[in-house]
Amino acid sequence: MPTKVLVAKPGLDGHDRGAKIVARALRDAGMEVVYTGLHQTPEMIVNAAIQEDVDVIGISILSGAHMTIFPKVMKLLAERDVDDIVVVGGGVIQEGDVPKLKAAGVRAIFDAEATTQDLIDGIERVVSEFGRTARRAKAASAT
Amino acid sequence: MTVSSATRATHSRVHRDLARAISSVENGYAALPAALAQIDEPLERAATSAYVVGVTGPPGAGKSTLVDRLIESFRANGETVAVIAVDPSSPFTGGAVLGDRVRMQRHAGDAGVFIRSMASRESGGGLAPSTHQAIALAERAGFDVVIVETVGVGQIELEIVGVADVVVVLTVPALGDGVQSIKAGLTEIADIFIVNMADRPGANRTATELLQMVRESRRPIPVLQTTASEGAGLPAVMDALAAARAGGISNAVRALRFDVLREVRDAAARRALAALDGETARSLFAQLEARTITRAEARERLLPLVSNEVIRAD
Repeated sequence: MPTKVLVAKPGLDGHDRGAKIVARALRDAGMEVVYTGLHQTPEMIVNAAIQEDVDVIGISILSGAHMTIFPKVMKLLAERDVDDIVVVGGGVIQEGDVPKLKAAGVRAIFDAEATTQDLIDGIERVVSEFGRTARRAKAASAT
Repeated sequence: MTVSSATRATHSRVHRDLARAISSVENGYAALPAALAQIDEPLERAATSAYVVGVTGPPGAGKSTLVDRLIESFRANGETVAVIAVDPSSPFTGGAVLGDRVRMQRHAGDAGVFIRSMASRESGGGLAPSTHQAIALAERAGFDVVIVETVGVGQIELEIVGVADVVVVLTVPALGDGVQSIKAGLTEIADIFIVNMADRPGANRTATELLQMVRESRRPIPVLQTTASEGAGLPAVMDALAAARAGGISNAVRALRFDVLREVRDAAARRALAALDGETARSLFAQLEARTITRAEARERLLPLVSNEVIRAD
């Protein structure tokens, strides 16, 4: 089954050229990509991810708000009893923040030098490692 | 509209269960009955069934923007709304960009609204292969209204008829050929015509052309004008939808006929294809390629063979 990805642009970032390039690259790699537009709040991102039942949430942040947004998204997912959606991120994120974000549960961070192929490979890797598809298929066949 | 925190929690759980149930039919982990059972505590609905509204029309006509306004209007009436929005999959990579949500994002925080995008995958009729089941699941989840947005249609993507109680066909002014293109099929499936972007030149003319087409058809179909981006013309659309819902227009019989016909046709096509891959057929193809028989001769022998296979009782 195609991997389903939500590409999200939170907060005040005013442009989404990068997010659209990412969406296109993931589509060309055979993924189903949900794009929700600019200025999303963490609540909107989590609601959309749950309704769309995506495998992965990919959040693009250029504004420097990553230490606020990512933990908020993780917290909302936990509050909604959703523990099987993988969260990854990209944008302008200082090296020193990466370990903190990983500790908060973000599975991969892509910096500005990452190529679209790096993104595709990285997403496929975290999905096969942490994703729920295999888990859920197994649960369905057990019942 | 405000909802209590208890209601919000219920909605939140229903959203999650419904989303997962749709995934399991979409990805083939579960058949519909098992998926229906995944939603154990649905929302309460006064009516016995949901009102299924289909929205279709050419790409760029404003389908998602209209759906955004319909959500707003149904919510203002206090009804909960589920939206199933279908976007095309690439036939080459299988990938898809599902962008219909962008126009509806202002409802993302509303607990009474559920929006699900579906990629059309291998299906060619304007819907995804499991859209039927997704609608049944949204109905089971207790939503009052289920809006189905098809991929932008040409002439033959008419699957929506088989699933919706009422079909809204959208067009835009001065498409000229656009009106031509919707003539063939869409007049037969439309219950309500909307000329969107009615603030653009040519709207009245397009509406007049549609009215002339409607007059030639046997059913009375309202022709309305909207500017969905501004919300203009929406009250008339809601009135027409309410009239259809009250029984002024019933698509149920037509939908069932279409649905059964499609099922039978698909089953027949599967059997015919299997017969064409069979040994007898392959030997005929080999003879044809070797030019030891004519095409007419091959056809004469294949036709009864395949027909018998299609009508054979199990």
